[in-house]
Amino acid sequence: MASAVASIWQGITYRGKDGHYAWMLHRAGGLGIVLFLFLHILDIFLVGVGEEIFEFFLFIYHSAPAKVFVMALLFGVFFHAFNGVRIILVDFWPEKFSNLKMQRTLFRIVVVMTLLFFIPTAIITVAPIFGVDLALSQLVGG
Amino acid sequence: MSAISRLKYGSPNRFEAFSWYFMRVSGAVLLLVAVLHLLIMHVWYGVDAIDYRFVVGRWASPLVQVYDLALLLFAITHGVNGTRWVIDDYIHSRGWNLTLKAALYVLTVIFILMGATVIFTFDPDTSTTALNTVAAVFAR
Repeated sequence: MASAVASIWQGITYRGKDGHYAWMLHRAGGLGIVLFLFLHILDIFLVGVGEEIFEFFLFIYHSAPAKVFVMALLFGVFFHAFNGVRIILVDFWPEKFSNLKMQRTLFRIVVVMTLLFFIPTAIITVAPIFGVDLALSQLVGG
Repeated sequence: MSAISRLKYGSPNRFEAFSWYFMRVSGAVLLLVAVLHLLIMHVWYGVDAIDYRFVVGRWASPLVQVYDLALLLFAITHGVNGTRWVIDDYIHSRGWNLTLKAALYVLTVIFILMGATVIFTFDPDTSTTALNTVAAVFAR
């Protein structure tokens, strides 16, 4: 137990700047996503148990406080996805991407791509709280 | 020696080399499959449009069923292997390390079965899955 706390503390207090932030976010986000994945399999399994119990779960997901968790999930997935691309590039083509300058550039691209996907998705997610439906299928009348 | 060359030329731990490779390959697949799933549900339809009828209607298409199964299998294997790495990184007591990983694997098998069952055996006419049939056998 003490060694686990020591290892986790080392992982947080290590001062590696952007590479370290990327590693921490990738790990914390990954754990959050896999936790949600188990919850998501459970809720979709409830479709087979009965309509009422599934709709009850949805009532929770559709509530305003749950949308905060949904936004954290969206941010986590987008960051994990784009940072994963950075990891693949550095690992498979080290001669091109593993130098410090390129790594710094890649990290910035990851942050920009994450925000580019997250911000519009987050706006669509919170809009229903204010009575606005911004889902694309609604906007184009599909 | 890089993990790729370990896998190619053999090494004392081929499983870890495969595991390292698998995370990158499944990650690339999930970049498409998981992100697209997220965009379809949260950007195209919007979460508030999802209800019982919505899900049942989607599973009427075999394409959606296969897509959801691919998503389930890639996401859970990628996620569980990542969790295994995290357990190995932080839990150094051999007993706890093995206990946690055993619990993780049992949970994984149960959840894969739960997901696959509801995707492929859900019958909208009776609102039941193959599990109801199994349960009925035991209830007799």
